Amino acid sequence: MSSDIYKDIILDYYRHPRNFGDLPDPDVRSKDSNPLCGDVIEMQIRVRDGKIDDLRFKGRGCAISQASASMLTELAKGKTLDEIKALGKEDVLSMLGIDPGPTRIKCALLGLKVIKLGVYGYLGQAVTDEVKQLV
Amino acid sequence: MVENAATINISKIREDFPILKRSVNGKPLVYFDNAATSQKPNYVLDAMDEYYRNKNANIHRGVHKLAEEATIAYEEAREQVSKFVGARHTEEIVFVRNATEGLNLIAMTWGRVNIRKGDKIVLTIMEHHSNIVPWQVLAKETGASIEFIEIDADGGLREDEVKEKIDTTTKLVSVTHASNVLGTINAVDQIGREAHRVGAIYVVDAAQSVPHMPVNVREIDCDFLVFSGHKMLGPTGIGVLSGKKQVLEDTPPFLSGGEMIREVHTHEATWKDIPYKFEAGTPNAAGAIGLSAAIEYLKKIGMKQVHDYERELTAYALEKISKVRGITTYGPKDPTRRVGVIAFNLGDIHAHDLASILDEEGIAIRSGHHCAQPLMEYLDVPATSRASFYIYNTKEEVDIFISALEKAGKLFKL
Repeated sequence: MSSDIYKDIILDYYRHPRNFGDLPDPDVRSKDSNPLCGDVIEMQIRVRDGKIDDLRFKGRGCAISQASASMLTELAKGKTLDEIKALGKEDVLSMLGIDPGPTRIKCALLGLKVIKLGVYGYLGQAVTDEVKQLV
Repeated sequence: MVENAATINISKIREDFPILKRSVNGKPLVYFDNAATSQKPNYVLDAMDEYYRNKNANIHRGVHKLAEEATIAYEEAREQVSKFVGARHTEEIVFVRNATEGLNLIAMTWGRVNIRKGDKIVLTIMEHHSNIVPWQVLAKETGASIEFIEIDADGGLREDEVKEKIDTTTKLVSVTHASNVLGTINAVDQIGREAHRVGAIYVVDAAQSVPHMPVNVREIDCDFLVFSGHKMLGPTGIGVLSGKKQVLEDTPPFLSGGEMIREVHTHEATWKDIPYKFEAGTPNAAGAIGLSAAIEYLKKIGMKQVHDYERELTAYALEKISKVRGITTYGPKDPTRRVGVIAFNLGDIHAHDLASILDEEGIAIRSGHHCAQPLMEYLDVPATSRASFYIYNTKEEVDIFISALEKAGKLFKL
């Protein structure tokens, strides 16, 4: 890792996170933490017509984890759930424009993990609801 | 301020630690994570190597020559430890894996027999998880309660809290000698008098004190004291539980099986005397021998000299760090009241970001909650960075550390 990762854009998102806070009437909430360093991210997502209509995040932790989560909320808005499912490590790294190195990669990917937890949670709930209507 | 420190030749001491020669990210290693674990001198590495190359055998069992030599070396290590902490009897020293295991041993043996519903266990808010969780488990099992002695604004235990919380329902008091976050050195002898005044058993977690200052179990008058070998130049996997002879004798065994028994029949067994009844299975002989070598090494320098030198280094670091823009430090302002541990935050830089930036400069510090989450909650900080020193650290390294902090501040535009 190199301190080049603390680019202005990362610091800007760390200090002025976009889409931070609570979403009224979210369809799904998801949360996870990185027990090693204590980074915490929570996402609240609203889904309309198979797309992410709106979302917010809350959390605390290092600049990398918080900036990454905030930038991801911007990236995810308007995307279909399938597009979110297809997002991977490389997408996050190119979004951030940095290589955080092996010890900090978990910080960078925590937001992606939580948004995926949310999407899969939503889809799981949708399946349950559909099955209930069948019987 | 410190007359003896001048007599220590730090550059000569540094020569004894091979790891200090290596570089990290192209910079000379500055190892400031000593409260987590210390580095090891050749003297310790050689002693363990010699044991495995020339004496290795299972102790206390064979009658052959190697078994005899290995047993003697192991028992000499016990004697070395016993003298080092001022125990009355060599058999008051039980070898365990580390301080955590020592505390668990007390909770699971003495605690299970003696702690009952309605009894109180008194701890302090500055304890490491290892001196909290075993008591939580015991309290859940027995229905006992736990209370925490709180601290003042300077990071010292409040005397009124000590007097108030240790009352007649208190059966056990367990206190850290030196905080691994605040660095505070607690008045463990005074707290012990309060504990004994109400008839409670008194436990001292000396993981952060025994490596850095003279510690004497008779002066503290504790019933149990624990520490780890790896924080005091010794290897991992060896630690010490020192207990008063009578208390140990009245305490049931911990793990059972080989080594700790006197006689075994199909349906019953009897135990060996102390300390062996607490040392089931083949013990960590190489570890004990490594720890013994570490003690010899420290004794050659002198524990008072170690303490004085680290105090001078800490005073220097505290003075320098206080001038860094945006810094917040935790713990006593007075360096004579603390060990060489400085927890801090720099502006709004998260501890992990700071540790990453310092790592790039070859500096190893700890970041996070330091296994003291209740203290972090009490201080209302999610995480801190921590620099901690040992006898091989220098003022020049502190200067490198301070420059790196200033660089981090610039990077984050503080």
